[in-house]
Amino acid sequence: MNTKTKAKPAAETADTSTPRMMTGAQIVVEALREQGVSVMFGYPGGAVLPIYDALYGQDAIRHILVRHEQGAGHAAEGYARSTGKCGVALVTSGPGATNMVTPITDAMMDSIPMVVITGQVPTHLIGTDAFQECDTTGITRTCAKHNYLVTDVNQLARTIHEAFYIATNGRPGPVVIDIPKDIQFATGPYVGKAGILKPTYVPQTEPLPEAIKATVDLITKAWRPIFYTGGGVINSGPRASKLLRELQAMTGIPVTSTLMGLGAFPAAHPDWLGMVGMHGSFEANNAMHDCDLMICVGARFDDRVTGRVDAFSPNSKKVHIDIDASSINKIVRVDIPVLADCAQALEAILKELKARKAQLPDLAPWKEEIGAWRARRCFGYKNSSDVIKPQYAVERLYALTKDHDTYITTEVGQHQMWAAQFYHFNEPNRWMTSGGLGTMGYGLPAAVGVQSAHPDALVIDIAGEASIQMMMQELSTAVQHKLPVKVFILNNEWMGMVRQWQELLHGERYSHSYSESLPDFVKLADALGAYGIRCDDPAELDAKILEMVNHPGPVLFDCRVERAENCLPMIPSGSAHNQMILGEITGNEIGEAGRGLV
Amino acid sequence: MSDGTATPGPAPKSAYFLSDEDKEVERRTLAVIVDNEPGVLARVVGLFSGRGYNIDSLTVAEVDASQHRSRITIVTQGTAHILEQIEAQLLRIVPVAEVIDITNSKRGIERELALVKVAGTGEKRVEALRIGEIFRAHVIDTTNESFIFEVTGASDKLTQFVDLMRPLGLVEVSRTGVLSIKRGKEKG
Repeated sequence: MNTKTKAKPAAETADTSTPRMMTGAQIVVEALREQGVSVMFGYPGGAVLPIYDALYGQDAIRHILVRHEQGAGHAAEGYARSTGKCGVALVTSGPGATNMVTPITDAMMDSIPMVVITGQVPTHLIGTDAFQECDTTGITRTCAKHNYLVTDVNQLARTIHEAFYIATNGRPGPVVIDIPKDIQFATGPYVGKAGILKPTYVPQTEPLPEAIKATVDLITKAWRPIFYTGGGVINSGPRASKLLRELQAMTGIPVTSTLMGLGAFPAAHPDWLGMVGMHGSFEANNAMHDCDLMICVGARFDDRVTGRVDAFSPNSKKVHIDIDASSINKIVRVDIPVLADCAQALEAILKELKARKAQLPDLAPWKEEIGAWRARRCFGYKNSSDVIKPQYAVERLYALTKDHDTYITTEVGQHQMWAAQFYHFNEPNRWMTSGGLGTMGYGLPAAVGVQSAHPDALVIDIAGEASIQMMMQELSTAVQHKLPVKVFILNNEWMGMVRQWQELLHGERYSHSYSESLPDFVKLADALGAYGIRCDDPAELDAKILEMVNHPGPVLFDCRVERAENCLPMIPSGSAHNQMILGEITGNEIGEAGRGLV
Repeated sequence: MSDGTATPGPAPKSAYFLSDEDKEVERRTLAVIVDNEPGVLARVVGLFSGRGYNIDSLTVAEVDASQHRSRITIVTQGTAHILEQIEAQLLRIVPVAEVIDITNSKRGIERELALVKVAGTGEKRVEALRIGEIFRAHVIDTTNESFIFEVTGASDKLTQFVDLMRPLGLVEVSRTGVLSIKRGKEKG
């Protein structure tokens, strides 16, 4: 068979009652309300004024006014990631839409469900280079999962419901709805969400029984198995994390995870190996390299994970569970593809395993080997009583906040990796970071989004002094909306990861990576109406972290850390999993081929 | 299923290294059935340019007005691994309903149409007409000094016809690109 047809959808149920008539703008608000949206993020402008007018005076949807449209997008992402629901952002045409391109791409790379509504110039002006006109659907076509330009108010309600269906079904992603201003003013029928789907988009969620049987066959024969889990487990919902834990308990198979998947499996568990990949743990990477069975659950063999692909886990059979067929066999050839939703695949494996009552191989020798790797204590660092080591700062932050209802977001760079290494997650949806796109500036607006969904939780953005400056105006958003987010800046006065790569690759010529003219973060916090704390003494760190935690409003914490610290261990680009740098960087780690890589 | 006892066996071979076998580049004709909505062609074409795949030929037209379905025929090339990715990536596009691999089907038929303008007089003009007859080309326009031939067939036949016309006064060529369908009574 060489025709690939998508599954047939169930018949749509037609609503025969007389539809309610309302303006396009009212349709938008009504459709969002019906979709269960209680918080949205946005910024008004000429081409969305009718929708903002419809939002005025209603209290079903809380609108968080950001300071820059990119902030609205990342806030919607943070909201979505921490709740499992679809994030919603509303921005105007032209610059409003182009400022959303980064978060849309970010959500696409990290599979975050998001609906972005953009205003557009009236239909009769489209194509005339009108004021604040841009080809939004053209610009976002390749960075969004799907997009629409609505040119008929009669299709508006249906389109919005379809957008939510597409954003949240299958591999989640961002969907853009571009609505010209005249459509917002026009009157049309409201159509409810019941029965609305997209006949050409019906993802397969149920695994094929043969694939499950083959997977279980491998599990019953594997002496050195490993679970390699990813963001797909989180996206599949809390049930997937629960099933992963159940399957792990039944088989004893050690677990590692990508950056995006942290929290799906408890970090406190003895079979947790830590994160895999470029800045992952020595034990996780060596176990990936030396395993005989790799069960990939909802991860996509990203280059940060695989390192050198032709030396990637050379002696293992590989099972890949993914809801997106294009992720399977994209980078690494696998033996058993399982096209399914993670939770459903894990459940089917559990069921099959229970039914067989097979005796599983004794994993004790494998775990002993892993124990030897673990004994290298790869995250060890030399602490100091004079200067705060960034690792120590995150360790103390973890120790002093782990018993709270805590959510962590990050920016991008060294601090992000230290957060992933030294802050530990035992539950899904607690960790929000920009993994695929690597967007500096993600963390603060994402924290705003998380806090708006969890008003009583402790939401901390672990940041760097360079990243925070990309979106620091969103602290004002947090102040306005009484969202007490904490920004914990590991301030080493360098774009640390850039500096580290310049040390590795460019003979310590630190071209434009020093953070000159840094703001006084304490005064900045003060100016924005937040609370500023500075700490440069390890002896005072605990007390100041507690001061931050106990402060009722938003806090900007300027944690002055060791400037030259490198983020280790590290797999240099172009190297294999078993070629990690553990101790010091010498500058000779990366070969000719690796220098061209990112 | 094993008998329940687990003993160490020989190390399993990784499927990964099997991929080294498919370095050979193949040509492939795909029929992509899509919802005929604004931007759908741009999505399909953008996928090819964005991911670095080749398009050798592209045709598109609505084929079912009541269902709003269009059929895009794409001729592409790549290794088996790339071609597998192309299919999967095409199906990931929301309005793509179906991807039919014409090349890998024994029932696949491919046709193309060309309009070929040839100018000349005397012996060359007679020769052009004679070759046109051999290729079952129709003359759809004529002046005292030129013909326009309409010729259909497999792409290589059209290329051959054009090559033969070159010394006989070839002026201009317009080709539709490849269309495809499968033989037999079944759809798809």
